[in-house]
Amino acid sequence: MELSEIWFVLISVLFIGFFFLEGFDFGVGMSTRFLARDQKERTVMVNTIGPFWDANEVWLITGAGAIFAAFPNWYATMFSGYYLLMLAVLLSLIGRGVAFEFRRKVEDTRWTNTWDWVIFFGSLLPPFLLGVLFTSMLKGVPIHEDMNMEAGFSDVINIYSIWGGFTITLLCLLHGLTFLSLKTEGEIRQRSAALAKKLVLAVFGSLVVFVGLSSFMTDIFEVRPILELIIVVLIVLAIGLSYYFISNKREGMAFTMTGLGIVLTVSSIFVGLFPRVMVSSLNKAFDLTVYNASSGAYSLKIMTIVAATILPFVLGYTIYSYYVFRKRVSDKEHLTY
Amino acid sequence: MDPVMLARIQFALTTIYHFFFVPLTIGLAFIIALMQTLYVVKKNEIYKKMAKFWGHLFLINFAVGVVTGIIQEFQFGMNWSDYSRFVGDVFGAPLAIEALLAFFMESTFIGLWIFGWDRLPKKVHLASIWLVSIGTMLSGFWILTANSFMQVPVGYEIRNGRAEMVDFLALITNGQLWVEFPHVITGALCTGAFFVAGVSAYNLLKKKHIQFYKKSMNIALIIGFIGSLGTAFSGHAQAQYLVKTQPMKMAAAEGIWEDTPDPAPWSAFALIDTKNQKNKFELNIPYALSYLSYSKFEGSLKGMKTLQAEYAKKYDRIVGEGTNYIPPVKTTYWSFRLMVGFGMAMILLSMIGLYLWKKGRLLQSSRFLKTLVPAISFPFLANTFGWVMTEVGRQPWTVFGLMTTADAVSPNVSAGTILFSIMMYTLIFTILAGVMVYLMVREIKRGPVEHQDANSTVSIDPFNKAGV
Repeated sequence: MELSEIWFVLISVLFIGFFFLEGFDFGVGMSTRFLARDQKERTVMVNTIGPFWDANEVWLITGAGAIFAAFPNWYATMFSGYYLLMLAVLLSLIGRGVAFEFRRKVEDTRWTNTWDWVIFFGSLLPPFLLGVLFTSMLKGVPIHEDMNMEAGFSDVINIYSIWGGFTITLLCLLHGLTFLSLKTEGEIRQRSAALAKKLVLAVFGSLVVFVGLSSFMTDIFEVRPILELIIVVLIVLAIGLSYYFISNKREGMAFTMTGLGIVLTVSSIFVGLFPRVMVSSLNKAFDLTVYNASSGAYSLKIMTIVAATILPFVLGYTIYSYYVFRKRVSDKEHLTY
Repeated sequence: MDPVMLARIQFALTTIYHFFFVPLTIGLAFIIALMQTLYVVKKNEIYKKMAKFWGHLFLINFAVGVVTGIIQEFQFGMNWSDYSRFVGDVFGAPLAIEALLAFFMESTFIGLWIFGWDRLPKKVHLASIWLVSIGTMLSGFWILTANSFMQVPVGYEIRNGRAEMVDFLALITNGQLWVEFPHVITGALCTGAFFVAGVSAYNLLKKKHIQFYKKSMNIALIIGFIGSLGTAFSGHAQAQYLVKTQPMKMAAAEGIWEDTPDPAPWSAFALIDTKNQKNKFELNIPYALSYLSYSKFEGSLKGMKTLQAEYAKKYDRIVGEGTNYIPPVKTTYWSFRLMVGFGMAMILLSMIGLYLWKKGRLLQSSRFLKTLVPAISFPFLANTFGWVMTEVGRQPWTVFGLMTTADAVSPNVSAGTILFSIMMYTLIFTILAGVMVYLMVREIKRGPVEHQDANSTVSIDPFNKAGV
């Protein structure tokens, strides 16, 4: 395996990790609006993700940084090509990030409520927009011979990409609900489990349509028919099992399964892309691939050594922090956010 | 307007705004870690109160610093895609390492620190804030590694029209990095110190929580003194390095058009006439520039006209005939002087403060305390002018000697798009600034009141039998 291929896998892992981890805090942020009955419940919900969301977001930043370092041409084409979409993602993340810190700094219902709306939209928009970005990338966007992408509205926003964004958002919501049922007690725990049970059906339907659309609008089932089919079967299995575990109050397992659902769905995108990193809708010859978009061998080697050295530590203290805050969040204790 | 200008405006806007928060974050994290260490060692509750109170202000600032930083990473790809293609091989690596090594550390341990006051053993909790502090500095190190490459490119070879990394060690031992990094870190310590000193002075004037703010002030004055002196020395080293590596920037910063006489006088004030390439009026201090540049009272410096001719001979084949290599002179000249001026003022203020403290007259000298309040802005101004001098002074280059700013911009992004995003950022930044100042003032007015402590025993572990 070439180093550039390894880096494609690593970047995939970073984005899969991002959707798995930030997926649940996006989901929690979304559900604050309709699951919580009052501000106090909303506070409990926000506090379940309090110690984690910031580090979860770093997976996205590291993913983008890794693309910059390992595939400068991918980085340049993607972010200049998706300019306005990325602007919207950044503005959402800015609002969301400060809202957590600001929401209870002033003891005023309207103040808290305003920031909670920011949390809601800041949690809803990024998974949707990033879902749009990745699925439209898979379908193909106008990339010219000079590697620059000049996309019109419908290249980025079309039925397929909107459905992709919608599916990712629903998955995150489901994942957030199983996380909530795992991390809260009493009524919220029951309500989030009940809603998650209902949502599983919608996620199922959405995924079926997504798979259908993918077979028409993309070439992923031609490029890797067997692997993609296995993934689809596994997704069905994971989501089905999540229903079973929610029903049996095995919240840890339910959360694992919804997470697996996200991991597999995002994997299917990267599996379908490889060895391309961006598909050109104009000409196959203009596709960006791991070979024509990557950095030099030396740079990749250095990055590999650095990543292999640092990643174990990152994983170590990440697990430690989840261990420290493993307990359920109760409204009877002092809530930080 | 043309996209290059707009992309530059956006870069300046977002970076200057972001860099209001970065140094304060670095400085405050260090000071809070110090306070909490005193608490753990001396077991005096007042230090815990200090760590918590300054921690509240720190977190408001940290939140805005983090979110404005996200833009920076994506901006290279969005606005400067040709730059990213050209140097991604070299420039991307330190950015990725910054995320991997520093951001994960900061964000995980800040979570542990905020939520862990009652859940973690005292020493582990103390380690968390130290790891946050180290994380902020490491983050600075790697971003400055990337910036240093733009100032003084090293460890690369041009292959297939791109700069490819050939020597990673050269990148992290870049001479530019090792004069820039200490300068930025000591500047950040000043920022934290003058913030704590100013807020403390305000409250001491109001005679509120005197013990609390006096202790905070003492710590701030020591850090402020070390920091401002360190900034001056590292800044001096950086200037000397500049004479060797980017003579044009230095000539512009000193307003030198013709080669100076030997020994060279230092210009304290000059009316610069950019059009006719001369100074209409100069106030000079003899010998001083020779000494500042070479640490001896002899040696002349090349002027911008000579350097223009030299650069043309060397670089015209890369960027085309007739390129103007002279950066905006007035901006560079005055940013340099304002940076140094505010830096000197900080040295002076921290020395006076330490003297008054030693004489036991700190609390009585209301004039000094009153000066410290507006002096909160000094490090912010010095930091900003410092970066303006560094980045504007490098024009027309994005990467010195390799790529011009005009060639770096995204060819597929229209001026209208960039303008729209500038307007959106400006709107959001204005709101953020308003909210932040409002919250900071609120916290400061509320003072170090007892924040209710958690009793964490009520929650259950879902992975224990009892939790099911």
